[in-house]
This record gives sequence, C-alpha cells and structure tokens, in this order.
Amino acid sequence: MPDWTELTINELQSLLTSRQVSAEEVTRAHLERIASKDSEIRAYLTVAEERALEQARAVDRRLAAGEPLGPLGGVPVAVKDVILIRGLANTCASKMLENFIAPYSATAVERMEQAGAIILGKTNCDEFAMGSSTENSGFYPTHNPHDLSRVPGGSSGGSAAAVAARLATVALGSDTGGSIRQPAAFCGVVGMMGTYGRVSRYGLVAFASSLDHIGPFGRSVRDVARLLGVIAGRDPRDSTSADVPVENYEAALGRPVTGFKIGVPEEYFKGLNPEIGDNIQKGLHLFGRLGCEIVPIRLPHTEYAIACYYIICTAEASSNLARYDGVRYGLRAPNPAGLRDLYKQTRHQGFGPEVKRRIMLGTYVLSSGYYDAYYLKAQQVRALITRDFVEAFDEVDAIVTPTSPIPPFKLGERLNDPLQMYLADIYTVTASLAGIPGISIPCGTTRGHPPLPVGMQILARHFDEARLLQLAEAFEREGGFHIHP
Amino acid sequence: MYEPVIGLEVHVQLQTQSKIFCSCSTRFGDPPNTNVCPVCLGLPGALPVLNREAVTMAMKAALALNCAVNPRSRFARKNYFYPDLPKGYQISQYDEPLAEHGWLEIEANGARKRVGITRVHLEEDAGKSLHEGFPDSETKSYIDLNRSGVPLIEIVSEPDLRSPEEAYDYLTRLKTIMLYLEVSDCNMEEGSLRCDANVSVRPSGAANFGVKTEVKNLNSFKFLQKALTYEIERQTRILESGGAIQQETRLWDSREQKTFGMRSKEFAHDYRYFPEPDLLPLEISASWKEEVARSLPELPDARRERLVREYQLPLTDADQLASSRPLADFFEATARASKEPKLAANWILSELLYVLKEAGREITQSPVSPERLAELLRLISEGKLSGRMGKDVLGEMFRTGKPASAVMAESQLEQITDPEKIAAVIREIVAANPKQVEQYRKGKTATLGWFVGQVMKATRGQANPQVVQETLKKELG
Repeated sequence: MPDWTELTINELQSLLTSRQVSAEEVTRAHLERIASKDSEIRAYLTVAEERALEQARAVDRRLAAGEPLGPLGGVPVAVKDVILIRGLANTCASKMLENFIAPYSATAVERMEQAGAIILGKTNCDEFAMGSSTENSGFYPTHNPHDLSRVPGGSSGGSAAAVAARLATVALGSDTGGSIRQPAAFCGVVGMMGTYGRVSRYGLVAFASSLDHIGPFGRSVRDVARLLGVIAGRDPRDSTSADVPVENYEAALGRPVTGFKIGVPEEYFKGLNPEIGDNIQKGLHLFGRLGCEIVPIRLPHTEYAIACYYIICTAEASSNLARYDGVRYGLRAPNPAGLRDLYKQTRHQGFGPEVKRRIMLGTYVLSSGYYDAYYLKAQQVRALITRDFVEAFDEVDAIVTPTSPIPPFKLGERLNDPLQMYLADIYTVTASLAGIPGISIPCGTTRGHPPLPVGMQILARHFDEARLLQLAEAFEREGGFHIHP
Repeated sequence: MYEPVIGLEVHVQLQTQSKIFCSCSTRFGDPPNTNVCPVCLGLPGALPVLNREAVTMAMKAALALNCAVNPRSRFARKNYFYPDLPKGYQISQYDEPLAEHGWLEIEANGARKRVGITRVHLEEDAGKSLHEGFPDSETKSYIDLNRSGVPLIEIVSEPDLRSPEEAYDYLTRLKTIMLYLEVSDCNMEEGSLRCDANVSVRPSGAANFGVKTEVKNLNSFKFLQKALTYEIERQTRILESGGAIQQETRLWDSREQKTFGMRSKEFAHDYRYFPEPDLLPLEISASWKEEVARSLPELPDARRERLVREYQLPLTDADQLASSRPLADFFEATARASKEPKLAANWILSELLYVLKEAGREITQSPVSPERLAELLRLISEGKLSGRMGKDVLGEMFRTGKPASAVMAESQLEQITDPEKIAAVIREIVAANPKQVEQYRKGKTATLGWFVGQVMKATRGQANPQVVQETLKKELG
C-alpha cells in the first residue's frame, strides 16, 4: 500500500478522483501517522480527529455524487494555533487562552474549507507567535523532524514540522518577522508570506497588526501556490486586505525564468554561517544555469532593521495583547484582591516570559516622552527600508538571500539569550517591514550528521507573488532543493 | 475678582443603525449583551471595518459647527485597562482628527458671541459597567457590551466660555444643532449626550489661564450649571485664601451637590496613543464632503432669522420656535395653513406647549395637527370664537382629537355676535338687577364691567365681548 502521507496535492487528488483512495483513508493515514510520530515531534496542540474524518467523508460523498473536488478537496491541512477555527480550541500556545474555544473561523480557514480542505488540527508555536524556535510555547516545545534535539524554528514551528514530518500535506502559519520563512528553512520545507494585505488577517490572533500575515507551508512550490491561491484575495472584514486581483499562481509555474535579474544584497552575507553561505552561492549558480542574471545590489538600511522591527512589533503587541485581562474569556486568576489585582495576577500567570518582555518593551516605546524617539523614529526607518527595496526592484526582478544566518540550533541553546535570538531574524524582518512577499525554499543541507536543512529566501515586488513562485518552482525542478554540500 | 474660564468636551452618540466598526445594532435598551459580535466583543482575531454612515453623520456635525473637514484623518488607539473596554483600547482619533477649527455662536449678556470649536473627532463607545441592581451587586459588577462600538463624536470647545450660563447656552445650542441634523437623539439620560468641563479661574483681566480641573459626570443641563458654579466658587475660595489649584479630574456628586477629586493615581493615564494599524487612513474626497454639505438642513440660527423676516415675528418668539426643528416645522405649517403667523406663534408657544407639557408629550406627538390648529385660529380671527373659548376648544380638541368645528357644534360653543340675541339676554339681566342699573345711571360706570360679566356668564362665555359692551351701553342708556 502506498503511503498517502507522502503525496503532493496533485498526486493525492488524481488518486481521489480516480477513486483509488478515499479522502477518509487519506485522513486516517495522516491521523495514524500523527498518533505514532507526533509524540516525539509534538507539532500538534489539538488533533481534531472526528471533525477531520467528518470533513473527509463529506468529500467522499461529493466525489461519489460526481461533484468537483475543489482546489483543496481531500487535502489534509494543519493550522497554526493562532488562526481561529470555529469550535476548536485556539490557545495561541498560551496558558492565557488554554480554555478558549473559537466562536468563529478565520477567513483563510473558511476559504480552505470551502475549497474542500480537511483540517487535521492546530499546531504548536511560540506563545502568541513571539519567538523563533517554538520553545516559547506555553505547553511544550516542538522538535525538528530532521534532528529531534534541535528546534524547528518559529514561531510557526509546529506547522513547519508537521509538513516536514508528513503529519499534514500543507499547513497554514503566520509570519510577522519571519515566522513562516525561518521554520520552513529549519525544517526543509517551502514556506511563503504574501504581500501585506494579500491574505485576510480576519481570525488571525493579532501579534503586530501592521506586520502580521497568514501564509502557506508545503513540501513543494506547487502545493504552496495552490494553498496561497485559495486563501488570497480581498476580504471586506479586513480593511487592510488589498483589493488587488489574485493571479493564477499555478499558471506561472513551469514558465522559463531566462533573463530574470536576481539581486544579491551584500549586506545579507555578512556574519553568516559559512555552510549556509556556500549553499546559497550554489543556489545562485543554479539560477545562473537557468538563465537568470545575478546582480549585486545594496540595501543600505538593513543594519537598522532589527531595532526598527522590534520597536514596531512590540509596540503593537503591547496594545493587541491588552484584551487578555481575565474579564471576558481566557484565564482568570482566582481570588483577586480587586480589579487591579485581577489584571496583574491574570497576566502574571497567563503570559510566558517572552510575551511579558515584549509587552514591557512595547509599553515603554509608546510611553509619552518616548514615543517620538522610538515608535515614530522606527516608522521613519521603516519607510527607508521600504524605499531600499523599491529602488532595488527598479534594477532587479527578485532578491535572493539566506533565510536564516544560522542552521537549526539545539533546544535550550539560545533560550537565555533573547537578543541573539532577535538578531537571527535579520534576513526575514526587512521584507516584513517593507510589506513585500517572500518565500523560503530548501537549498540543500549542512555537512554535519545528521545533515540540517538550509533555506534560501526569495523576495519580490509588492503583489508579485506569481514571479516569486515561478522562480522557486524553477529552482525546485532544477534540483535546487537537494543541493549537495 | 476672579473670572472663570470654561471649555467643554461633549460626546454625542450618532444614531446610525449599526455600530461604528461592525454591523451590530445600536438599539438602546435591548437585553444585555445581545447586540454583540466578535468585533465589538474584542475577541481575538476580529478586525474593525469603518461604518461609512457614521463618517457622514460626523461630517454633518462638523460642517454645521463651521469646522474644516480634513481630507485625510486617522484613527488611533487609546490604550487603557477597564472592564467594559473589551480590547484594552478605544479606537479614537488623536493627532489627525476628522475636523478642526470651527465655531458656534451663543448668547452672552444679550449679545452674540462666537465660541471656538477646537476639533470634532470620531470614536467608539465603551460598554457599560453595571454596579447596582443585581442580588449580588455587593460583591460583583456586571458588564453590558451592547453599547461597545456605538459611534460617538467628541466635540471639543476652545476655553472661550466665561460663565456657567454661557456653558449652558453653548450646550443647549449644540444639542439643538445635533437634533436639527438628526445625527443624534441627544438623550442625556440614555447617555447619548455627555459633557465634561475643563474649568479654571484667573484674576479678571489676566492674560494667562489658571490651573484647570476636569469635571466629569455632568449628566444633565442642570448638573452642568450647578457643578460649574460650585467648581468656580471652590477654586476662587482656594485662590483667595492664597492656595493653589491642583490639576485633577473631579466628579460631580449630585446628591452632595459638590465636586470630588478622583484619586489621581487611578486616573493618571498614559494612553500610549498610536495610529490604529487595523484601519486605513480615513480619506474624505471633495465630492463626498460636498454631498454632505448639500444635505445639511437649515440650521437654528438661519431659521430664526428667516422666521423673523418671513413671518414678522418678534425675535424672542422666533428664537423659541427655532430652538426645536419639529416645533419650528409645526409653526410654519400652522402659519401657512392659517395665514395668521403671529396668532400661530402665540398659540403654539403659550397654549399648545402648555397642554403638551401637561400631557407630558413632545410637539411631534401633538394630537392637534398644524392644520387643525390653523382651523381653530381662523375661527378666532373671524370672530367666531373668543380667545377664551378658543382655549376651551383647543383643550377639547387635544383630548378628543376632533376638529374645532366638531367640538364647537357639540358644545354649541359658537360665539354669539348677533346684537339682537345679546340684547335679549341683556334685557333679562337689566330687569333682574334694578339696583345695579340705578348705580350705573348715577355715574358709577365701573358697574358696566359687572354687567359684562353677568352677560358672559349667562351665555357661558359665548357672547362676543365687544358686542356685549356696545349693546349694554345702548340698553343701559
């Protein structure tokens, strides 16, 4: 019997439509694999077994009735636990929301279900999506399927690990400063963040509203293109969602990339792990072989990006997380001595150290007397970083960088050094600040034992997702995912 | 001598159908927590979407207050913790408000005075904390979030007001304008009009302002005036005794008739305002603004002037009529139908408003329509009814809803103007009262009044008093 958990969406769907397998069988295969494997990986926080089987049977009934499958028909999906699914727990990997059942579904989830997806469950992450290793989960860390002693990256580490370990075909994550792209790199899968506004944020628990994105994970570029195509597009419930038509992403795949100009910013190759640097260079050669022109470029404000990002995201987070006060839902500290104590105790008990750190930083930078020096200045820097990219894209069609300066690290290794953890976000936060789309694709492995995945990031102009996917798929087809060290 | 300096911050609830950032109903008085959704409950993941109608109404208010509407404004988050504030922040406007630099004309010491309007901005209302009325209110507070997300405008005046009376007049006129615009019902009891005051005093003629206090909880026009009077006296007393005013927020306690300082720690907020990232900047096109400007109704001042000009009314009558749009409408309809504008003004302002007040009704609920009132006025001006009889007829019309002619026919109330009929009554009275006739004939002319009274009594007030007088003089010789 073939392993249904290995398949791409197209492979799976052709077997479904030819009735060689039922959606229920595919779903059971995934649930069984979760049952046997996830005790060591711990990618999931909630497995919605009954719900998933019901959805699968509904797909089978539609198939039996000769109805079309839908773009995600029968596809098992995992969803990061910061994206609401009606009737399922939505914890944000926080003690604060341990008992919170979502009363409505995110737009992205509605669209996936409309397209026939089967949702297997909710995946682990850093608490409220704050972190780069999934170690900040309020419940347990997730392990990297390539080396269980190492982190899967974060904050969407559960979704990345689930896709890498074949505990789901594709998954949704959220990306604020790299939270899809970096775990995709660490777990050796494809992860993408569209242009800001490309995918509705309605039903995504806010961390930093002006930077938050929902985006897809997959084991192939085509799967990612499919999922993005389903969830993208204007949503009247999100004022910041863009009224820009969604291109047919899959139609762009397979077209030649000859003549594309790829920019390589020198700022992104300083202080880099040498093995990662080697792999990316090899990847660039591969693009050269495909007929792309490799052009050195400059993004001069890169060095300010980390400071700028951590001011803006903590400021917004301090406000977004104010609602968790013990009054209406979520954790309520028992026996408070009055209202202030209720707030204090609830937030003291409900939030982990990283969330508290960011709330404090954000509260500080918004305080009267500091606002101009921090928040306002950061917004000005953000405009400069955006301009760097806009100017670069006058010269080139895409920009290639490493996704992370470091390979997956050991659990616990960096936990006591938040600043080092922040600095490692350097290659991903710039695109977040600029609002441009980015994708991380596998680019070989390191030389060690076991070999660890290396990720390559490709960035493009606002709303140029199709070209990003086209380049990524050309790279994949040319064997770039398996570059040898 | 000290001079008070007052500025008002007025919150007006807009009477949109749905809330400012979601489609929940704004209806007042529904069971608690029934008009709510993920957005106005502040649930994780929910996002605000601006209600265009709220912007239109806010723009109406701003234009009527002579403000410049900014082509681009922004929403901002005002961060503070409170149980009835479900998101932990209020979406408001801060450094880029909807409209600025307006003015409103008030009456001060018999003259017109312009009071500056600093800004008009849009924001969402919070929910309501219910501390009383439950069996366990001793130990628990309840929260109703029906009001959470109801659209408000905040209208901030310049510190241009110089007495509690001016503040009262300002608020009255502001309310009248809002009612004219039909953007709010301005019901203070239901909280759709709320007022806070910034108060300071300074030596008369001083150029600089003194230290101010902010007085809250001014839930009626009466409280506003009383609280201001109290606060001005309090501050004056402190300064006169060589003390200093502490900048603070004070609450008006209507039972104690005093303002009380709130513990400053509790209200020493740093609101940490920053632009609301979930909403795009609010862009107002020239055409949208023009459309709203064109839709503005005639405003109270313009209407008062027109009533004077068009109907030759005294200014005080016109002012009173124009103070309410339905009242002015009622007057104009009556004036047009009766062709008797002055009579209409008199009868509406004295008689009709009196019976309405007795019945606890608004002008819009009058059982006597302008057309019916006009009919009554015509009967009076044609001499078919005396003024006194008119009052009785109006009372009957009000009670039964019948037209004047029907009321008159039923009670045979038509005025007797026929001198012959009146002469017949007079002869009877003359015959029955020889003593009084003699007195009159001896020169005690005041007795004539007594005779008039007798005739009116005998005719149950139906006789035309003028005809009675003339006929009496003839009959008495």
